[in-house]
Amino acid sequence: MSYFSSHFATLGHEFWGLLVGGIANGFIYAMVAIGYTMVYGVLRLINFAHSEVFMTGAFASFFLLKFLVGNSTPNAFESVVYLIAAVLIGGIVGALVALLLERVAYRPLRRRSAPKLAYLISAIGASYFLYNFVGKEFGRINLSIDAPYTNNTVFTIFGAPVQTYYIVIFFVGVTMLVTLDRLVATSKLGHGIRAVAQDAETASLMGVNIDRTIALTFMLGGFLGGVAGFLYSIPVGAVYGMGFTPALKAFSAAVLGGIGNLRGAVLGGLILGVVESLSVAFVSGAYIDVVAFGVLVLVLLVRPTGILGERLGRSA
Amino acid sequence: MKNFFGNPRLQRYGRTLLILLLIIVMTGPEGNGSQPTSGFTGSFGNHMSFFGFFYPQRWVVFVLLAGIIYGVISSVKLTVHWWRNRAIFRGDTYQRISRTVVATKRRSRLKSTRLGFYALGLAFALYFPHLVTDQSWQTLVVQDVLVYLLLALGLNVVTGFAGLLDLGYVAFYAIGAYTTAWVTGSLPTPPPFGVHWNTFVAIPVAIVFAMLCGVLLGIPTLRLRGDYLAIVTLGFGEIVYLFINNSYGITGGSTGTNQIPFLSFHLGPIKYLWGLIPEPYYYLTLAFVVIFLIVFSSLEHSRVGRSWVAIREDEVAAESLGIHPLKYKVMAFAIGAASAGFAGVVTASQTLFVTPPTFTISFSINILVLVIFGGMGSIFGVVLGGLVVQGFVAYLTHSPPSVYNAADLYMYLGALLVVMMIYRPAGLFPSRRRLRELHLIEGGVAPDTLQVEIGAHRVQEDV
Amino acid sequence: MGSLIFDVQDVTLRFGGVVSLNNVTLHQNRGEILAIIGPNGAGKTSLFNSLTGVYAPQEGTILFTNSQDKSISVIGKKPFRVSNAGVARTFQASRMFSAMTTFENVKIGAESHRGLGVVGAMLKGPATRRDDRNSDQATKELLEFVGLTSQANTIAASLSYGARRRLEIARGLATKPEVLLLDEPAAGTNPAEKIELAQLIRRVRDEMGVSILLIEHDMKLVMSLAERLYVLNFGSVIASGTPDEIRANPVVIEAYLGSADAGVAEETK
Repeated sequence: MSYFSSHFATLGHEFWGLLVGGIANGFIYAMVAIGYTMVYGVLRLINFAHSEVFMTGAFASFFLLKFLVGNSTPNAFESVVYLIAAVLIGGIVGALVALLLERVAYRPLRRRSAPKLAYLISAIGASYFLYNFVGKEFGRINLSIDAPYTNNTVFTIFGAPVQTYYIVIFFVGVTMLVTLDRLVATSKLGHGIRAVAQDAETASLMGVNIDRTIALTFMLGGFLGGVAGFLYSIPVGAVYGMGFTPALKAFSAAVLGGIGNLRGAVLGGLILGVVESLSVAFVSGAYIDVVAFGVLVLVLLVRPTGILGERLGRSA
Repeated sequence: MKNFFGNPRLQRYGRTLLILLLIIVMTGPEGNGSQPTSGFTGSFGNHMSFFGFFYPQRWVVFVLLAGIIYGVISSVKLTVHWWRNRAIFRGDTYQRISRTVVATKRRSRLKSTRLGFYALGLAFALYFPHLVTDQSWQTLVVQDVLVYLLLALGLNVVTGFAGLLDLGYVAFYAIGAYTTAWVTGSLPTPPPFGVHWNTFVAIPVAIVFAMLCGVLLGIPTLRLRGDYLAIVTLGFGEIVYLFINNSYGITGGSTGTNQIPFLSFHLGPIKYLWGLIPEPYYYLTLAFVVIFLIVFSSLEHSRVGRSWVAIREDEVAAESLGIHPLKYKVMAFAIGAASAGFAGVVTASQTLFVTPPTFTISFSINILVLVIFGGMGSIFGVVLGGLVVQGFVAYLTHSPPSVYNAADLYMYLGALLVVMMIYRPAGLFPSRRRLRELHLIEGGVAPDTLQVEIGAHRVQEDV
Repeated sequence: MGSLIFDVQDVTLRFGGVVSLNNVTLHQNRGEILAIIGPNGAGKTSLFNSLTGVYAPQEGTILFTNSQDKSISVIGKKPFRVSNAGVARTFQASRMFSAMTTFENVKIGAESHRGLGVVGAMLKGPATRRDDRNSDQATKELLEFVGLTSQANTIAASLSYGARRRLEIARGLATKPEVLLLDEPAAGTNPAEKIELAQLIRRVRDEMGVSILLIEHDMKLVMSLAERLYVLNFGSVIASGTPDEIRANPVVIEAYLGSADAGVAEETK
């Protein structure tokens, strides 16, 4: 009894701080979860290698910022420009890696309509190759990012400080997610994606280029994943094995919201981020990663279709 | 211009060139974060001198090794092929087609052939320690080859027979190893009933423990689609790792334990102690491998094995015949878990220590590679594949060539998985049944039960 | 004779807002060859799936009574439990284990009702071997019965349509059922095969004493084979009776003429 009451007291104290941190994490999970959900929509499979897209995005931004920022202290204008550049490079590299993955690990299997098990194994292999390759080429130590801004407290909510980092995540996250949502809902590409997700055969008969749509789906998901990797690595740095845990969590988020469902992925990501953050009051630090997994198992047991339901092809 | 780049031959050359460059970089020196290009430039010779890259000895080593592996594999395959043809379709020219369409009537013939192979292999294995007397080699063969074979045979039941992708397989291995440490009284947790038990007592305890965990994890998750299972088991493996790495009071945390006693046997007048010499361990582990082989191959050809095939091929039809799919899946999962738990005991009792780094998720991938490489579902294939891959890994560990860094092992294994899935999805020595299933799935005749609704489908070649 | 093997009362099955079966009441006597006919989308296969535990109707009861007069309620039971109780079925688009041989397909059915016996399977004890021999024997007899002995070692995927149907029947019979549900057994077969199939179905009932419940589009086959029929339309039973009564029933003719299956109605007359 006293165990819980004391923990709730902690929670009460730090509630707003944890909430802000949780929402920030939630945006990152949401952006990665989008990648899982979109690929799931068109291919009906979990892209196991998505964690490496996340990781390579972080590395790309790391190198760019190292080059741009170095030891200087950028002024406000430079900060914004550098930040946008880092976001773009993270996203672009993420998209390219995702495209490469699709080309190398998936397309040959699609060509001969291989069984699903083959896709999973191929993706796992690609994931292991990629992250160890990056480890080999860029070292296996944590590289700390030169943030292009100083992390000040911008304002406070109920006494909880909100730092620049959170503002950045919020702005980038909202921009990306809204843009993507509109893109999928209204553009020609979006129509193609939704058509393929609903019925690939019919879509191809109606003149949708399946290969191109799938490739673009990977790239869109990869772009968001890469950006998320960069945002994630700002406080903790980039390291070759960094993708595994956040990606597992993001996958849990995608399932929580209803896999195949874009808005579900965002909702799932935010919920998961907040739940995980608040659970700090109850779970010791080493086991915090277990929370997301617990959520995943719970969702799969109770409602495998997620909160908003599996809306394959009717995303957005 | 588009026509020019669209030329298939050019594309093939381009692809070959890219793969070649990739291999050069893969076998090149390690880079680092402060000089991001050093790994790449270093791969093409020192100080970017163009001709430098023709010299490095890595080329010689690389080509040599590739040649040896290729030679071994193709000679084994040729022999197998010759035997099969001899036994089944003497002088038949269209056996390749008939083999996929008509099943052999002379199963017994084939069986005796296979038995002959196994007998030869066993004779060689029994003689092996006299052939290779170097103790460091013997230790490697025990710990890096035979134990891995035990694990691969167990995973083959889950992935090969039942068609379930278990990425948290390492967790059961860890459970087995830590149970050994616990039972023998080597952990901070007091052993059961306060007695420091003999290691042999750990065997049943570990099997039961691992099996129990397998059943508890399996019952809720095996209802789900195959890809969900993969990710849930992945998470399970990670949790077990987190637990053993962080619970200092229970498992010894990140330092684990190195207090496990030598394997010994003391029953009345009969006494035996497995000491520091690897040879007795070699024979013991070999015996375990042989037992696994016998037990699992009779399992494959039993009612249970056939039910797994039925579920794998068409779960709905299997269920309509009265087969309880979940029960059989949990069964496969539990057998796999028990095998891994058993292998954990074997390892712990030989290395005398258990530490968390042995039990990272990557280890499951290593075992998966053995199963995939040989041919999942084929015990013969898994044994051969395991021998080839782990034999090679043992060689690399024992006398690493300058191009090889032990940390890069998983880079190679990952690449191998992709290459296998693209070019030889049924493995190098596939079971004929599995090959047939694959052909039928790819031909759209049989349903793909890992996921009934197939999103991907044949797409026309782009022009 | 005379006792009910299937007793279906007021069964309603909905998917979301779509009513697939609406208050269906029907019964089958033990030893009867009963047919269910109706236009496409009338709910015939849904009924089959409800009878075998694949679907769980929201309302009504389905009772299956075995020869020992023990009744079980099918609704809410999993398909394998229904199968274990004595109900076998075939599928509309035949679902064999296509990478297995004919023999193995039937053998799976013959041994599926035993317990797990994993330890026995691993150690290959004498009991396991005996079981195995018995299943082999039963399989051989069944293949003989349906006339597939010569193709025992053929891979199922390369069998002809007619042979696949017979294989499915043999596989279902291997589970030692009391009733066999056949979902359009004649689909895709040629006229000669149809005649053989009708004979086979009748032999299953006469020689093995297995009741038959049949969905079929081929009116000639149904009318010659069935002893009683139910007509489904839009998920409801609109008529029932002997073939002669059905032929003369104006409601049935109306239903068929009103649907796209006008050709079937021609045959019905």
